[in-house]
Amino acid sequence: MKKLVIGLCALGLTLPTLCFSADPVKIGMITTLSTKAGYLGEEIRDGFKLAIDQEGGKLGGIGVELLVEDDDAKPEKGKQIAERFAQKDGVKIMTGIVFSNVAMAVVPKIIKENVLYLSANAGPSDLAGSGCDPNYFSVSYQNDNLDEVVGQYVTEVGHKNVYLLAPNYPAGKDHLAGFKRFYKGNIAGEVYTKLDQADYAAEIATIRDAGPEAVFFFLPGGMGINFLKQYAQAGLNKTIPLYGPAFSFDERILGAVGDAALGVKNGSQWTHDLDNPANRQFVAAYRKAYNRTPTLYAAQGYDTARLIGSALKATGGTTDLAALRTAVKKADFASVRGNFSFGNNQHPIQDIYIREVIQTETGFTNRTVKKVFTNHVDTYAKECKM
Amino acid sequence: MLLVIEQFLNGLQLGITLFLMSAGLTLVFGIMQVINLAHGSFYMIGAYVGATVAALTGSFLLAMLAAVAAAAAVGCIVEILVLRHLYARQHLDQVLATFGLIMFFNELIRIIWGRQPLFMNVPGALAKSIQLLPGLHYPTYRLAVIGSGLLVALFLWLMFAKTKIGMQIRAGSSNREMVGALGVNINLLYTLVFGLGAALAGLAGVMAGPILSVEPGMGESILILTFVVIVIGGIGSIRGAVAGALLVGMVDTLGRAFLPSILRTILAAATADSVAASLSSMAIYILMAAILVWKPRGLFPAHG
Repeated sequence: MKKLVIGLCALGLTLPTLCFSADPVKIGMITTLSTKAGYLGEEIRDGFKLAIDQEGGKLGGIGVELLVEDDDAKPEKGKQIAERFAQKDGVKIMTGIVFSNVAMAVVPKIIKENVLYLSANAGPSDLAGSGCDPNYFSVSYQNDNLDEVVGQYVTEVGHKNVYLLAPNYPAGKDHLAGFKRFYKGNIAGEVYTKLDQADYAAEIATIRDAGPEAVFFFLPGGMGINFLKQYAQAGLNKTIPLYGPAFSFDERILGAVGDAALGVKNGSQWTHDLDNPANRQFVAAYRKAYNRTPTLYAAQGYDTARLIGSALKATGGTTDLAALRTAVKKADFASVRGNFSFGNNQHPIQDIYIREVIQTETGFTNRTVKKVFTNHVDTYAKECKM
Repeated sequence: MLLVIEQFLNGLQLGITLFLMSAGLTLVFGIMQVINLAHGSFYMIGAYVGATVAALTGSFLLAMLAAVAAAAAVGCIVEILVLRHLYARQHLDQVLATFGLIMFFNELIRIIWGRQPLFMNVPGALAKSIQLLPGLHYPTYRLAVIGSGLLVALFLWLMFAKTKIGMQIRAGSSNREMVGALGVNINLLYTLVFGLGAALAGLAGVMAGPILSVEPGMGESILILTFVVIVIGGIGSIRGAVAGALLVGMVDTLGRAFLPSILRTILAAATADSVAASLSSMAIYILMAAILVWKPRGLFPAHG
């Protein structure tokens, strides 16, 4: 009797797989869903899922199965998840990592194991230059791009000296270096604060005393919120303009900061008001599905999904990596950013904009001010041997 | 010169916030001999309840009252449910249990309020800067924080020195059994002390809300500073908490503010900036080590 029951259960479990005529292509998403930065992973995942839902469970006409796991912003955990996806679930396409330090722990190893990785956010310089690989694509940007565009804009606007602020860790130094690469004026000061520092009163007082024409800062997440609020309370937002990459100015952060960020100009490759058909339908569909305005992370997730869809359509759903790679590199899809193609290091060649924080009836968001770079190539492309 | 005064005020403001946190923590450790790692969670609860009430009613005063009441209530519940069973146990057990509480509260906050940081407005009247001296502008709100902290310190001193309950608390920290034998309800006393500590932390939290981001896990960073304060000041002593808090607040702020410029006179600019960044984050720990070498029990150790 017992054997009969077990036998029936086993049959019942195998039935669903027997019903599928073709296995869906598995896509592994390793992203950050917990910690304070958890909403970044949520946005990427929701943008990605929107593309799948729009095609009824398919991308490019081929059935896909999205596996999502939380890496907790920890490199070791990201590595474990990637290994499990590759070995246990047989996943050939992976995406989703938010943080560059997690990406550096996961990507170099996993792309050697016959896996295609498309980055929906993290774009560390190591993987854009000498560490480039045929199996690695960045669909979002190279990390420095968003700072380079601000450096260029600040030079064009004519600020003669700028004060720099970032946390004291590799990404902080990289972002300031990106700004300095394109900023041609004077650096009034370059301060590195403690990672996760909450109170910036001391730094703000020093800025007030130094009296620069502008301040460029990279303070992601809660650090940025604290700094923006305190800067406005000190009254400096009226006298010394702030600039930064888009990372401190997505809609969720703006909701937490209120009008302290009004008027701040930030650099981004995407804003919700970019006027092209793909973006208009994306923003409308996202708002309808999730009841909020998408952030740039959601746009990146959506673009990654549609890029994968275009590749799957071209190859007919095969998981042969060489064919997929060629199809992905063509980037034959309508990006919500408009102009999009891959460079030799498989990082985007795209337009980058300066946008400004504004207030609307629905809350705080960004408005595109100017296209500063057209078809911008990242600075590490020349170091890549591909 | 004006910069020095402004940084001095910043250090004072940080010191006051730390004092509010450490007063409660040092009392709990001194009187009840319990290491309470979850103290930062009361700070977080105060900030969250305050932010929510402020958003609902638009009144900062109501938010403050609600925050303090909520933190005190949660503190009492935690004392009754969890800490009461830990008094007789080893410190390691207490650390483990209260560490578990940290994670519990972080997750609870996430479940109730979500992961997004909350927005809390500085009350309208205090939203500007005022001119203290010609050329010296300082955010009014931070001055208010300094003022409130001093008031609280005064209130605590009055309570401990002049009231009966304060006397009982002080007695209970010297000799718990004797006080119990004298007919004082020690259990109730401990719950009250713990609730008071939690209320102070909640007050610190709601006052920090407009300046800092109200997010899950916001208690951890200030908790570390608070422990440094009570170790420097002497565990169990309110005087030590005041001294330690002001010292840590000043050293941390002035270090961050002036180390870069000081180092730039000796080293090249780029090196000076990196060294200054590392040194200023280490400054308070170096201070703590130096003080412990000089006075192992802290600056003003409690007696008994």
